[in-house]
Amino acid sequence: MINKQVSDADEAIRDIKDGNTLMLGGFGLCGIPENCIAALVRKGTSQLTCISNNAGVDDFGIGLLLKSRQVKKMISSYVGENAEFERQLLSGELEVELIPQGTLATRCMAAGYGMPAIYTPAGVGTEVAEGKETRNFNGKDYLMEYAFEADFALVKAWKGDTAGNLIFRSTSRNFNPVMAMAGKITIAEVEELVQPGELDPDHIHTPGVYVHRIFQGKEYEKRIEQRTVRSKSETNYVG
Amino acid sequence: MLDKNGIARRIAKEIRDGYYVNLGIGIPTLVANYIPEGMNIVLQSENGLLGMGPFPYEGEEDPDLINAGKQTITTLPGSSIFDSAMSFGMIRSQKIDLTILGAMEVSEQGDIANWKIPGKMVKGMGGAMDLVASAKNIIVAMQHINKAGESKLLPKCTLPLTGVKCIRKIVTELAVLDVLDGGGFRLIERAPGVSVDFIKQSTSGKLFAEADVKEMDLN
Repeated sequence: MINKQVSDADEAIRDIKDGNTLMLGGFGLCGIPENCIAALVRKGTSQLTCISNNAGVDDFGIGLLLKSRQVKKMISSYVGENAEFERQLLSGELEVELIPQGTLATRCMAAGYGMPAIYTPAGVGTEVAEGKETRNFNGKDYLMEYAFEADFALVKAWKGDTAGNLIFRSTSRNFNPVMAMAGKITIAEVEELVQPGELDPDHIHTPGVYVHRIFQGKEYEKRIEQRTVRSKSETNYVG
Repeated sequence: MLDKNGIARRIAKEIRDGYYVNLGIGIPTLVANYIPEGMNIVLQSENGLLGMGPFPYEGEEDPDLINAGKQTITTLPGSSIFDSAMSFGMIRSQKIDLTILGAMEVSEQGDIANWKIPGKMVKGMGGAMDLVASAKNIIVAMQHINKAGESKLLPKCTLPLTGVKCIRKIVTELAVLDVLDGGGFRLIERAPGVSVDFIKQSTSGKLFAEADVKEMDLN
């Protein structure tokens, strides 16, 4: 098997350069590449364009890259509560492109499937449609949206082997598999790195062909954004 | 007049056995509390889960298991997990039977605005544009009038649009309304204690209302 293992996050991201476009997996703070983000902060790479569903919170996730002014542009569907993000956006330091969540996911998928563009009805008749080609199929309008191009995709998986095969856990899967398929170079950090043969081929979510570098992550914080619980006596489904 | 739990309770009556349902953030989330016992439905969370269960018991929270509102949740027997592209694939290909979401404004043509207020910090549309553009059956949970008493059911939306000609049914604190194919709202039910006249007064879009409109049954 081809060995994709690198020693750590710093080695994995060694050739990410100023001005590169990155994809970062995760939904909110769930399933984000914590180790790679920390390494990027250490390296100080700047003028980055980040494609990610969200932009982290003030002191975690992509919020850490924003705080150290390493991000030139965010391409996201929802940027949530992030005071530093808001400040940089209003002062003009940060560019933001907001796109529908399904469009974001599918533009990643298209890249991974080798398709230059997709048609989606999301955003027809809204400001998202401005300047885009529209085409009618069977009486309904669709927007043409291009596949993303990203220099690097940074993803987080639960388990992986040194051949680059990945398995995700629960809803931390989210954007990770489609972004893993879409990067020119895909870097995967995993909670548990094993040898080829230890993962059942039938259980692989992302085949190793899509992954260029893999490393055993460490000290995962896995911060929870909205801790919602119920008491044993509670009958309500939600709060 | 209904409170937000009342709106959720009324919307829950639209759910049928065997439905796959996507619930938006806010009032739509509360609908889960009013699904009749014995009815089998599956909740979709667009971050990649079918079969969303209730909040976990304290101490059992799993940071890898959240809903689209980033809240900790649980799975149920029969749940499935998938990636974001597949999640919106099932939305686009209309496998989800019912979508319930909030709105700031709805027009008499069925246009919806719920993601952006000019001059205010924009947080983003999330999955709302994908949902409204594709879903075959959308119910909007919204306030009929704002704090100043102004109608949010309008001839034309004033805020940036989320989707066009996509809304068919609306439940507000005052009423249940359909959006007619040719345009205009049709009053279907009124909230307990609310008069048809008050609903007329509170709806700036074209409203079709019979003199005698039945009161909602919330039980």
